[in-house]
Amino acid sequence: MDNSKLGHHISEQFNKELEDIRNKVLTMGGLVEQQIENAVEAYTTGNMELAEQVIKGDNQVDAMELAIDLECTQIMALRQPTAFDLRLLITVLRVIHEIERVGDKAERIAEMAIKLAGSDSRFPHHELEHMAELVMGMLHDALDAFARMSIEDVPAITALDDNVDREYDNILRQLITRMMEDPRNITRTLDVLWTVRALERIGDHACYICEHLVYMIKGEDVRHLSQAELEDRVGVAK
Amino acid sequence: MSAQQERTHSIDMSSVLRGKEASEHTNEVCIKVENLNLFYGEKQALHGINMEMLKKRVTAYIGPSGCGKSTLLRCINRMNDLVDSARIDGKILLDGENIYDKEVRVAALRRRVGMVFQKPNPFPKSIFENVAYGLRIQGVNDKRILEETVENALRGAALWDEMKDRLNDNALGMSGGQQQRLVIARAIAIEPEVLLLDEPASALDPISTLKIEELINELKEKYTIVIVTHNMQQAARVSDYTAFMYMGELIEIGATSELFTNPVKKQTEDYITGRYG
Repeated sequence: MDNSKLGHHISEQFNKELEDIRNKVLTMGGLVEQQIENAVEAYTTGNMELAEQVIKGDNQVDAMELAIDLECTQIMALRQPTAFDLRLLITVLRVIHEIERVGDKAERIAEMAIKLAGSDSRFPHHELEHMAELVMGMLHDALDAFARMSIEDVPAITALDDNVDREYDNILRQLITRMMEDPRNITRTLDVLWTVRALERIGDHACYICEHLVYMIKGEDVRHLSQAELEDRVGVAK
Repeated sequence: MSAQQERTHSIDMSSVLRGKEASEHTNEVCIKVENLNLFYGEKQALHGINMEMLKKRVTAYIGPSGCGKSTLLRCINRMNDLVDSARIDGKILLDGENIYDKEVRVAALRRRVGMVFQKPNPFPKSIFENVAYGLRIQGVNDKRILEETVENALRGAALWDEMKDRLNDNALGMSGGQQQRLVIARAIAIEPEVLLLDEPASALDPISTLKIEELINELKEKYTIVIVTHNMQQAARVSDYTAFMYMGELIEIGATSELFTNPVKKQTEDYITGRYG
């Protein structure tokens, strides 16, 4: 793990503060990854206890966001960071916002798990699990890239978002068919749709984390670019 | 599409994001340093410096003690001529004219290039006479012209309102911050083109410092300003361009907003983020 970018300040205390923030972001990321995993498991297995645990766990995610946010503000006020240090703190603020949003998605999936408990409307299981695996992989890789402070894998991670969108469209078509077959299914099928939509958004947040990471490392803002433009700017082959 | 929407669409985002650099001024070069070397006896203090400073912009020099930033600043109005062991080669062009040409008269040059030092150095005279001094030695004695110039200079240095009823008081009775602004008023009274500021706020308290910084921001409407400062946040606040120097060499010069968020050179990054290289 390359920590050289964080260290080497004349002020040892500053090194510690930055290292501490980075570790907290990674802890928060790890917690949210666990939240999604649990939420998806609760959804697919109908484990109510686990779903409740996820909903409660979101408070912890929110609290971590506030704590890291405060710490960044304090460092900015007291140390007036510049260059990489400044970009690091701005990136942390952006990344924890994305992670917090992912946490909200986990909570939503857990809520749907409770709502849909005991019905067969959690269809289509297989596709949904596959999509969950895909977006969890993206999030994991994005957080891993943040931990390593490396943008080498960024284009490969963001490229996966097309796959997620395809899966989403595919599931959407199935859900629409189901609703047309029997209008009594509509309410429940819509709940399934919220779940799928939440998963799709997690993929987006993973991509945003990657974009923020590029800003941190290269100082270039690559938000709102197409995949091809991003690959061009990051300058790393897929 | 309404006219307002059209306008919004036509905004060039890069100029919005760059803020200060959005060019309402022309990018006319005021001072150009060409391959400047300076030796104090055997020791070389400046190594092949090349840079340009734009008209009516603030350029800040930053770098550790002994990196040559004050030496370079002093070259711009030939203050180093006063140091016997100093030897200079290379050129400094002011509006295209080499200030080290033999024909250039140093007194005339210094009328065009004013300088303010770290410690305020008012003369032990009245406030009025301090500001009028430059005109008096040019032979101006017309009371009306002197009064008008003194008022304008004191207004320019944001001192008029505080001092207009105390013009005959001794300048040494002013606070440090006021004295520094008085010295700036004295420098601008003779309407130079360039103002060189050598750590103008390092001996002042935070409020006086902010007043000087505010003043710099106003003065750049009329003058090209070069400032040496140890305070990096100050450089970041007041300057349009920042030059980082290290061991007598110019390492990097660029738009201040770029240099402080995304410097090109590792040495610059290490310095501004407080790292040891």
